[in-house]
Amino acid sequence: MASLNGKKIRWNEWVLEKLFFLCAFVSVITTAAVIYILIEETLAFFETVPVLDFLTGTRWTPLLEPKHYGILPLVAGTMLIVIGAAVVALPIGVASAIYLSEYASHRTRSVVKPVLEILAGIPTVVYGYFALTFITPILRVLLPETQVFNAASAAIVVGVMVLPMVASLCDDALRAVPEALRHGGYSLGATSYEVTTRIVVPAGLSGIFAAFVLAVSRAIGETMAVTLAAGATPNLTANPLESIQTMTAYIVQVSLGDTPSGSLSYQTLFAVASVLFVSTLLLNILGTWVMRRFREVYE
Amino acid sequence: MSDSSTQGSERLNALLRKRQFRSRLFEWVCAGVTGLAVVILALLLQDVFVDGYRWVDAQFLNSFPSRFPEKAGIKSALVGTLWLVSFTALIAIPTGVLAAIYLEEYAPKNRLTHFIEINIANLAGVPSIVFGILGLAIFVRFFGLGRSVIAGALTMSLLILPVIIIAAKEAIRSVPNSLRLAAFALGATRWQVIRAHVLPSALPGILTGIILALSRAIGETAPLIMIGALTFVAFLPESPMDEFTALPIQIFNWTARPQETFHELAAGGIIVLLTVLLLMNAIAVYIRYRGSKK
Amino acid sequence: MSTLNPILNAKNLSIFYGDNEAVKSISLPIYERKITAIIGPSGCGKSTFLRSLNRMNDFIDGVTHKGEILFNDENLYHDSVDPVEVRLRIGMVFQKANPFPKSIFRNVAWGPNINGFEGNSELRVENALKQAALWEEVADRLDDSALNLSGGQQQRLCIARALAMEPEVILMDEPCSALDPVSTARIEDLLFELKQKFTIVIVTHNMQQAARVSDYTAFMENGVLVEFGETDQVFTRPKESRTEEYVTGRFG
Repeated sequence: MASLNGKKIRWNEWVLEKLFFLCAFVSVITTAAVIYILIEETLAFFETVPVLDFLTGTRWTPLLEPKHYGILPLVAGTMLIVIGAAVVALPIGVASAIYLSEYASHRTRSVVKPVLEILAGIPTVVYGYFALTFITPILRVLLPETQVFNAASAAIVVGVMVLPMVASLCDDALRAVPEALRHGGYSLGATSYEVTTRIVVPAGLSGIFAAFVLAVSRAIGETMAVTLAAGATPNLTANPLESIQTMTAYIVQVSLGDTPSGSLSYQTLFAVASVLFVSTLLLNILGTWVMRRFREVYE
Repeated sequence: MSDSSTQGSERLNALLRKRQFRSRLFEWVCAGVTGLAVVILALLLQDVFVDGYRWVDAQFLNSFPSRFPEKAGIKSALVGTLWLVSFTALIAIPTGVLAAIYLEEYAPKNRLTHFIEINIANLAGVPSIVFGILGLAIFVRFFGLGRSVIAGALTMSLLILPVIIIAAKEAIRSVPNSLRLAAFALGATRWQVIRAHVLPSALPGILTGIILALSRAIGETAPLIMIGALTFVAFLPESPMDEFTALPIQIFNWTARPQETFHELAAGGIIVLLTVLLLMNAIAVYIRYRGSKK
Repeated sequence: MSTLNPILNAKNLSIFYGDNEAVKSISLPIYERKITAIIGPSGCGKSTFLRSLNRMNDFIDGVTHKGEILFNDENLYHDSVDPVEVRLRIGMVFQKANPFPKSIFRNVAWGPNINGFEGNSELRVENALKQAALWEEVADRLDDSALNLSGGQQQRLCIARALAMEPEVILMDEPCSALDPVSTARIEDLLFELKQKFTIVIVTHNMQQAARVSDYTAFMENGVLVEFGETDQVFTRPKESRTEEYVTGRFG
């Protein structure tokens, strides 16, 4: 091989490698861009509205007079959804995971797992439709004081949305517990209930916890179902039957409206988005850290 | 236990029966709860189908949205989605696959690589609406692309990029190393090894990941709302710079109206959307099946 | 010394993994308060046979059997028999120590606890640990995690865990194969003590261990019981030539 030819091949390889690197680096640029945009507008926002007022204020009326900029009603709304979703997704998810990993036959698994995958693949706007047209009417029959837009319907469907992820992660966590531990329990004359609840689940607890944390993060970021079904009224309440507004729904509201860019109202969008971004980021970091610790124990 | 008195062994037997009963009850409860998930899916699909099946016909697919429900259709939404997904695929697939190739085949195990991988993992968990905000600020405003198909496609690409990269990485990683070593031993360059051996072997996994990512892109609404995809569009885009609407946006718009008939239209749109997704997933399953047969 | 009536008795027992006959029509008595060793080359079916004695094979898919196992003259696999109860009375120690990720105390107390034991747990745990020759080493740190113990200590903990159930029979599946010689010797010493109270069946591929420790020896090869008798006789005056070849190390 002539040296000229070799140099050309090596140069081509070099170019390709750099090109591929750039593709991978796009992710870093994306994160940087997100952080930059959020910080820039949020800082501008805080030039007008004091940080403390924003984080601890209990009234949110940035689009009406008199204007208040306390984010707590939006946080409360988001929390109602998260708690409701957790109440739905956690018990069902953990119980399904227990059934799939400890009891189910191969055939049952091969039916249930695809069902869960399908549930996971349904777009969120469909869940919003379902909440509004199916769940809410039923709730209003059972509990007549339920408002047309309410947190409970949205929370239920968000729970269903998050359920496949919880079930899948918990299933992984339980299956990672070594078979030898189960055999040890059975050899002492324990029933499957005792082995499952007093050996397997405690051993897989940190994996289950990680699933829970990641599910909460998903629920916080959920937009369409809450926009359609939970309402657009910032409302600092603990009553899930009332109309509320989540952080994500507020962001949608602002962008659907005619808020001029550069105005304070426009900047509220970024301030709320910052809170959203930071909270999901922290939860994701916590969740993956716990999951990694859990895997290390069993490998 | 070596408890020999009859009273003791009676107590033991009673306790054993209670424990066995509890164990069987527990199993049934877990099975029942799991069945609940299947029931919920059935309820959901049935509700949507019953609400919307009357509306799904050729006229529905071929008409623009209208104030009059009988005349309304999803033509602009369908075509808009088609444009959007096509451009998204064009942008995201090469970028994602090449990024995965870099990370699995070229990247040294140093801090920079680790940093990139952390970024990807984090982006996978960021709410989709934040990507919408990013798209609005950068593509719509800063680059001046306006509320166009291309702005939407770029935004969607950023959203699904982590999904593609993670799936492609997994597929590439599962290619046995012996395959690479054999090719290298014959004097091939790294890219030649990748192109001729690694990629074909990882292809089923990569394709499955791409289809999953595109399914996600088809169903996402929030980012499109943020960049300003319109909700009442009575024309078809003719270039990537044109404004557009998409199927999930149309469904959202109709669902948000108070009238019952618009809800039914929305259900019709949902049926179309779910059918498209079902087809795509069926293709993914088929690819996975063919891939595992080899 | 009831050498006439075995506490466990396998009669023409065959065990199948699907179509594969792993244990071929074995008839083997286990005598009370004696140590019976089962030796043989890898894959000869001795662990499979052992697991059938406390119905642990129930957890493996596709395992079926023919013939019967009698426990105190009752059919172990009869429809009316509760396998949970079987395992209360026939305990097991596994090849690799498998303590629960809990404290030392809770490992040993777990079994009695589950079974409604209402007496003094601390005394029960202490007795079990003493019988397993572990008490001295852990008495002052019972709340420590069991996973902090060494390999040999963990295995003795598993023995204590089984002993705490006060079973009639203890099955041991190559309990020392993952341990160093010192730990192995300690456990072998233990067995001499235990045999005064418990019936022990030990599977081992270490012939010297079988010869040292057991009263009766069964030699299996390819799923077949080649020879069974008093240990002394099997090792010094084996009846079968295959037995003689194995114990003198000519193969396996």
